[in-house]
Amino acid sequence: MTLSIKPPVKTVKRAAVELRQPGVLQKGYERLGLVGTAAAAVLLVIVLAAVSAPVLAPYDPDFPDLLAALGGPTAEHPLGTDALGRDILSRLMWGARVTLAGPGLVILLSTVVGTALALVAAWCGGRVDTVISWVLDILFAVPGIVFALISVAIWGPSLLTVVAGLAVAYVPYVARVVRGAALRERNLPYVSAAWLQGQSGVGITFTQILPNVQPIVIAQAVSSLGFAVIDLASVSFLGLGVQPPTADLGLMVKSGFDSVLRGHPGEAISAGVLIILIVWCVTVIGDRLTSTARSMR
Amino acid sequence: MSEALLTLTDVRAVLHSRHQSQSLLNGVSFSIAKGEALGLVGESGSGKSLTTRAVTRMLDPAFEVSGSISFDGAEVLSMGPAELRNYRSRDIGMIFQDPRAHVNPVHTVGDFLTEELVRNRGLAREEVEQRAITLLDEVGVRYPERRLTQYPHELSGGMLQRVMIASVLLAEPRLILADEPTTALDVTAQSDVMAILDEQRRARGLSLLFITHDLELAAACCERLAVMYAGEIVEQGAHVYESPRHPYTIELLGARPSIDQRLERLPVLQYNRDIHEQLKAEA
Amino acid sequence: MSTEALVVAQNLRKVFPAPKGMKSEPIVAVDDVSFELFPNECLAIVGESGSGKTTVARMLVGLETVTGGSLSVRGEDRNKGARGLAGRRRWAREVQYVFQDPYSSLNPRQGIGDIIQASLSLHAPGNPGKRELKLKAGEILDSVGLGSAFHRKFPHQLSGGQRQRVAIARALAADPAVIVLDEAVAALDVSIQAQILNLLSDIRARREVSYLFISHDLAVVNQVSERMIVMEQGRVVDAGNTAELLANPVHPYTRSLRAAVPGPGWKPVRRERLAS
Repeated sequence: MTLSIKPPVKTVKRAAVELRQPGVLQKGYERLGLVGTAAAAVLLVIVLAAVSAPVLAPYDPDFPDLLAALGGPTAEHPLGTDALGRDILSRLMWGARVTLAGPGLVILLSTVVGTALALVAAWCGGRVDTVISWVLDILFAVPGIVFALISVAIWGPSLLTVVAGLAVAYVPYVARVVRGAALRERNLPYVSAAWLQGQSGVGITFTQILPNVQPIVIAQAVSSLGFAVIDLASVSFLGLGVQPPTADLGLMVKSGFDSVLRGHPGEAISAGVLIILIVWCVTVIGDRLTSTARSMR
Repeated sequence: MSEALLTLTDVRAVLHSRHQSQSLLNGVSFSIAKGEALGLVGESGSGKSLTTRAVTRMLDPAFEVSGSISFDGAEVLSMGPAELRNYRSRDIGMIFQDPRAHVNPVHTVGDFLTEELVRNRGLAREEVEQRAITLLDEVGVRYPERRLTQYPHELSGGMLQRVMIASVLLAEPRLILADEPTTALDVTAQSDVMAILDEQRRARGLSLLFITHDLELAAACCERLAVMYAGEIVEQGAHVYESPRHPYTIELLGARPSIDQRLERLPVLQYNRDIHEQLKAEA
Repeated sequence: MSTEALVVAQNLRKVFPAPKGMKSEPIVAVDDVSFELFPNECLAIVGESGSGKTTVARMLVGLETVTGGSLSVRGEDRNKGARGLAGRRRWAREVQYVFQDPYSSLNPRQGIGDIIQASLSLHAPGNPGKRELKLKAGEILDSVGLGSAFHRKFPHQLSGGQRQRVAIARALAADPAVIVLDEAVAALDVSIQAQILNLLSDIRARREVSYLFISHDLAVVNQVSERMIVMEQGRVVDAGNTAELLANPVHPYTRSLRAAVPGPGWKPVRRERLAS
């Protein structure tokens, strides 16, 4: 016997319309909304400026010109100079590199480790899940800065030690959210179906569960990035992170602090504003991604 | 025929989104007389649920609704907030597919039944409770006094649906809207709930708008049927089940397997949007 | 056709432990259930919600453990659960499962072609190459009425009926002896239901396969099954030839189920008052 069932005309037409894929820009706009897109645009400008600092920065960020110290905005120095006469704009551009790269590394490490732990916990369940959740809860109870300080105490102050310490501190933030999402997916029939087909646990985790929690992983990573920027800047402000003379926004707030009392707030304010701007952009984008990731479920 | 209670005239609903406008109700007209039951039958996406939401003015604001919905002479589509509240709470009563989603799980059945009447109509709690007990008994709930102190999760689906019916009757509406009230229930519970609904609305002379995908069930419980397809009513009247005239209705009835005989193959619906448009153009 | 039963269930029992923190008894979901499923037949398990019919099906595929009694497929005991990955794969080639909800039973992020190819790569005999897998997946999708246009689509682009066809195709890809259909047409519109029921009968006309058809809908059961068992509160209360049981129901429970089905001249009737 042969099949005589043809798909109804109506569905074919509808499918044809749906197959037209929207462009990347349109997709991004739909996910982020107006404010989120604006934040993404601002962040993109900051990132581009930071990346191209070696080419675009008007001066060497570390070159002191004591004769021009604490100068106000001029045509030569649009944002003025600091106490050592270094160009603030150039230092901002170079400093943004460090301020973005450090937290970026923190989030990358903690997301990879946290997601892996979460997926293992969700898939294995039982005792494995209990132990992993228990460890995560302990990590959760300790503030991120404390991990950074411990790390500094052991390996000495530097950007990398602080990044390592914070990466550990951020693992539970990622893992907890992802574990919850992965457990939800795990209980859906399509995962049971894959299991019944005879797919391996690893296979199911990578081909079934991970693709479905991936929007949540990304949203959580971006949201945490804002906190990491603040934490890292705070540690640098305390003098335990990035070491002078390297330009870093947290460090600039600190070194600009003394100049504020002498009536030259330019360095501290410009660095502080840039930190706030970066954190705001990242937080807004993270929020939008989180709410779209939720509404997709 | 006696006086009409609810009359829809050429009701249209267009959904506006950023990219496009979709017309989902394309001129729905029907009326329900006082004391009459009308079965609104259609498959998913036919617009039957949208129609009920239009009648209760609960459509999303993204819909542009036109036409006229008149309830006992009053135009529903132009009601102000106070009128609308009054209309929703006193004139119509609603029963849904999933009763559990419409009760607050932390309130007892007694609170659920009495709260609205005590708070908004200023009736004494004892009096309402007495009436609730009588009504629960009438809809076939055993030990009604004890039920008042129970929580929704302690009741089965069929039982909860009876409580919903009692709560609707308690408010003494003139029209009951029942949206797939038995779809989530077992067949025996379905038979019960429909029997109770039928018996109660006849005894009280209420009108009923029964929304369902089940033509046979609607035919057994309603005086007239209206069959929807693609946001339109293709056929309505008392004849629909026994002697359907519209090709869609005929095919829909034929596609349902029968409990009495096994067919070699079930007839598959050939009716589609193209045929639908063509038929409309010819008419 | 051999007359040896493919699936044999004897005095099958399933007890769920009482929910934690609640002062309640363990729940006996399935109690003393016995049945046999023969090659190339359709056996329906009929019952209302809470009758244990789905639990029986889930035990058969290994989604639930067996508390007591015995359950075997082709003589191999299934009580203890599958041994390792290889065991699960072998079982998958014997019994496949189609879920009720066509929306949550397909991975939303996996293309239709991929879904079928993933199943084929686990079960197809020999070690077929990529091109061969693709060709084979195309044949299978074609056999459930989905043309080549569907390969690159994702589940959200499909209607409920088309999704259920994909789920059936995924089951067929393992070339099983038994397909368990758990309320597989219950969530579908009447017009789509008819198409899927026809598809199920077409599949049986083309190849040898048995269905264990779990359903609450007697009219649907009458259309697809030769034999049926009726379950009430975990126990089998009636069993026999489907057409005969429905034409002359003797057991009071079967009669009450039969009497609750709407049809010409039917009126809803009220049973005794409910106590729960």
